[in-house]
Amino acid sequence: MLEDKDRIFTNVYGFQPWNLDAARMRGDWDNTKDLIAKPQDDIIEEIKASGLRGRGGAGFPTGMKWSFMPKESKDGRPSFLVINADESEPGSCKDREIIRHDPHKLIEGALCAGYAMRARAAYIYIRGEYIREAEVLQAAIDEAYEAGLIGNNASGTGYDFDVFMHRGAGAYICGEETAMIESLEGKKGQPRLKPPFPAGAGLYGCPTTVNNVESIAVVPTILRRGAAWFSSFGRENNKGTKLFQISGHVNKPCVVEEAMSITFEELIEKHCGGIRGGWDNLLAVIPGGSSVPLVPAEQIRHAIMDFDGLKELGSGLGTAGVIVMDKSTDIVRAISRLSYFYKHESCGQCTPCREGTGWMWRVMTRLETGDAELEEIDMLYQVTKQVEGHTICALGDAAAWPIQGLLRHFRPEIERRITERHAAFEEAAE
Amino acid sequence: MPKVTVDGQEIEVPAGATVLQACELAGKEIPRFCYHERLSIAGNCRMCLVEVKPGPPKPQASCALPATEGQEIRTDSEMVKTAREGVMEFLLINHPLDCPICDQGGECDLQDQSVAYGRGASRYHENKRAVTEKTMGPLIKTIMTRCIHCTRCVRFSEEIAGVDEIGALYRGEDMQITTYLEQAAKHELSANVIDLCPVGALTSRPYAYEARPWELKKTIGIDVSDAVGSNIRIDSRGREVLRVLPRINDDVNEEWISDKARYQVDGLTRRRLDKVWIRKRGKLQQASWDEAFKAIAKAKPGKSIAAVAGDMLDCETMFAAKALLKASGSGLIESRQTGMDYDVSNLAAVNFNSGFAGIEEADAILIVGSNVRWEAPLVNVRLRKAAKRGAKVFIVGPEWEPTYPATFLGEDVAVLSNLPDEVSDALNAAEKPAIILGGGGFAAGAHAASVKIAHDFNMVRGDWNGFNALHMAAARMGALMLGFAQEGGIADIVAAKPKVLLALGADEVDFTKFEDSLKVYIGHHGDKGAHAADIILPAAAYTEKPGTYVNTEGRVQRGDKAVFAPGDAREDWTILRALADALGVDVAFESFHELRAAMVADAPALANEGAIADYGALAASVKGDAAPSGTIPAPIKDFYLTNPIARASVTMQQCSNELLLGEAMAEAAE
Repeated sequence: MLEDKDRIFTNVYGFQPWNLDAARMRGDWDNTKDLIAKPQDDIIEEIKASGLRGRGGAGFPTGMKWSFMPKESKDGRPSFLVINADESEPGSCKDREIIRHDPHKLIEGALCAGYAMRARAAYIYIRGEYIREAEVLQAAIDEAYEAGLIGNNASGTGYDFDVFMHRGAGAYICGEETAMIESLEGKKGQPRLKPPFPAGAGLYGCPTTVNNVESIAVVPTILRRGAAWFSSFGRENNKGTKLFQISGHVNKPCVVEEAMSITFEELIEKHCGGIRGGWDNLLAVIPGGSSVPLVPAEQIRHAIMDFDGLKELGSGLGTAGVIVMDKSTDIVRAISRLSYFYKHESCGQCTPCREGTGWMWRVMTRLETGDAELEEIDMLYQVTKQVEGHTICALGDAAAWPIQGLLRHFRPEIERRITERHAAFEEAAE
Repeated sequence: MPKVTVDGQEIEVPAGATVLQACELAGKEIPRFCYHERLSIAGNCRMCLVEVKPGPPKPQASCALPATEGQEIRTDSEMVKTAREGVMEFLLINHPLDCPICDQGGECDLQDQSVAYGRGASRYHENKRAVTEKTMGPLIKTIMTRCIHCTRCVRFSEEIAGVDEIGALYRGEDMQITTYLEQAAKHELSANVIDLCPVGALTSRPYAYEARPWELKKTIGIDVSDAVGSNIRIDSRGREVLRVLPRINDDVNEEWISDKARYQVDGLTRRRLDKVWIRKRGKLQQASWDEAFKAIAKAKPGKSIAAVAGDMLDCETMFAAKALLKASGSGLIESRQTGMDYDVSNLAAVNFNSGFAGIEEADAILIVGSNVRWEAPLVNVRLRKAAKRGAKVFIVGPEWEPTYPATFLGEDVAVLSNLPDEVSDALNAAEKPAIILGGGGFAAGAHAASVKIAHDFNMVRGDWNGFNALHMAAARMGALMLGFAQEGGIADIVAAKPKVLLALGADEVDFTKFEDSLKVYIGHHGDKGAHAADIILPAAAYTEKPGTYVNTEGRVQRGDKAVFAPGDAREDWTILRALADALGVDVAFESFHELRAAMVADAPALANEGAIADYGALAASVKGDAAPSGTIPAPIKDFYLTNPIARASVTMQQCSNELLLGEAMAEAAE
């Protein structure tokens, strides 16, 4: 279990105020000038050495992502850092805690990361529904400007760095990095084609890196305590600490910072007071936010909660938004609700997702009651396969995977519903 | 030049090509809906998926993927086949299968590709989506349930037309294509979205339920609604022209035509002159050809005969008239009906020398008295491209709404003798400076001043000739090549007091000045010319005769005859030939071939179909006031009603009412 001295987010529960004075007491903005008083590439190397992988879900190595940014601007274009605070994934709620209780970690991280990737400014794109959080964040940014921590000659480093907050308008798809860039530019939030990648041509056509809030907020602490400290947690390739967000049928749902590669059982027992009704009552777990396939009870109990560990189970760590479902759950209904979410949030740009999400949802609603034919289960699976990997962005995959997980692990349950309904009809007809 | 392998066949592709283009070079057909050569890449239909190695183990959208060295592309693998079937199935689940009543049927991309790449049957048993129809004006009919959201129309209006008229509302499967606030699409190229639409969501409203594509006879033609000479395909059935579509010609109209070119054709069946008329005691009365010719011969014109050519004439007609007059001993021929008398001794000084494709490369452009959007919508498209590349555009003349950033320098032509520093700096700094002199500029007498500016700023250098005259009449350049111009313009003809005046489709002439002449109108529409005429000889419109046309850049183009002229109407040259007999003169041609041969002998450049005629170097100066002053007029008052055919067209009339006068009329109705 992670010791308190190793926690990065020391105010994740908001027991202390969020403001600058309190943040300074917690060690934020402590001589930030020194943190970045070294060549940019050294910072990137440090982050690479720490083994930090993107916390937004895909788990791309953060240091490597930064290294794609141009070392110098050949044509006068500035570089930008965009921070993805459009946390809308069902089951995820970590960025919210960071922003409302520890916003200065994020702003300091923005400066460090922005300096490392030679960005002129950071844009924090915050989810529209996070109204109070946006107020806190803006107030924190104002505080930081006032204290000279950001802005011209940020923290006395001689480096000019601005931080802007931009509020979204409630579209889940704007959490996709290129859709976020489109939305920041004032356009309809629709993902762009890649290539070109944002590091080549992103916001306003300038080199841009999009990072998750958590990825950025941990940067100052990594730089202070060193890559070796950060990489001392977790397994190889899955280093560091991570905010886990456990919701659903546990006794004490919570957001908790833990070392990577903790087992599911330990996570639940130590922090959540166990599964509601005991381990025998566990049905399935969606371990990484709604976009990843569910894992049935027998597989998840001893699973290692990191990128590779969950990948082996055919699922993923995602944002570590762990949704626990006990046996009172109507699992088909649960996944069907997720299907509705993706149908509702599809941007409509490319064909498979626009048409496929609606089709999948409609079939799912019928499967809830068993109002279907047995062959339709296979057809649904094929439809998910027709969507997966055929779309511009990953929303198509995200819509397909939960259903695939359901069909993989709970097919007998669906078949039971269909046959029972058919039998009931036959009986009635007699 | 990267080398790639397409289905085992190694080919070299140009740098910057996409995988889709590489596949096409290798002769492989790639199905697509959203991809279009002239629009930006959207990559949203996902129909063009292919398998590419190296790359992720999933199919890639070939339209958006750059071809790189050593790629292995497969268009025939199982993965590709499944992917195409899958996308096709998705496109069809919410597409109404109403092909039997859809106007796109028979020329529908979705239909064709579902036959070629789709599954046999649908597995979708849920309710289909229905979308309400949108208002897009009198030209575009919408059945949005059929829309497959390829966004070609959106990209066209944004990128080519330069107006943000069409866009997408809502998201996911509720996404809808619509115009801004459901107003009519008002741009003068708006109907091109009908051609772009790969399905039957946007179809032609005037052509709705008229015909099936396989019933139509397709004839190659040249548009005469403006001086661009757009290449068109005339689709006819029986004796009626049903629609006009653009043909691809990268040098002229690319792939577009203006709404007027497309929709004026319904005017070809209305207000037609299909009988011979002779004015007796002030009233026009039906007569026979014989009576008409006798009446003209009775006037005994001798060499006192003049001919004025209209704006939509082919060169053959004009040459036949010229030959007739020449045989009679007269040289009174003129084409500038409204009385302009600019110097035509140097044709390069009245020509669009940069060429339409060339003007895209200009980096500083001074427009003198031209509402390019109305006078030549397709040239405006080129100017927009130039402006997008960074060209600075300045406009002298009445204000209009350009589709690119431009600076207006006021309506007074005097500014030409004293250009603001901003303009002269831009022209001096430019590598390819250009001036465009439009109809308003000619009318305001800015010809000499414009030529002077062209020389002052060294606009003719190396391969580049930046002096451009933008005419509005399809017949103008051909007429000038054939010598249809008097030194003093039409005033010379008035002064000569001809006994007989042949008005060849000339409707803009002030006929009150010819009160003593016998006015013979040879044309196809009962418009202003026919109203003033003493004798009317019904002739053929541009779709009803073969002909040579020269556009404003001097490009010689030929159109074919699509249908027969109605009633007693004849092809113009036969009328003139018969008139020669009636007048007892010898014009030395008996057939159309002989006529064309004689014309080519007279003006050899007219033989080179598709080529730009060589007019020599731009004259150092032309006659006229080098420092003119006065307000530049706006020659076109109504884009949709500039010629007799358009004025007879119900569709054009409706466009004028709804799109141009709409607001004024709505106000008046209140």
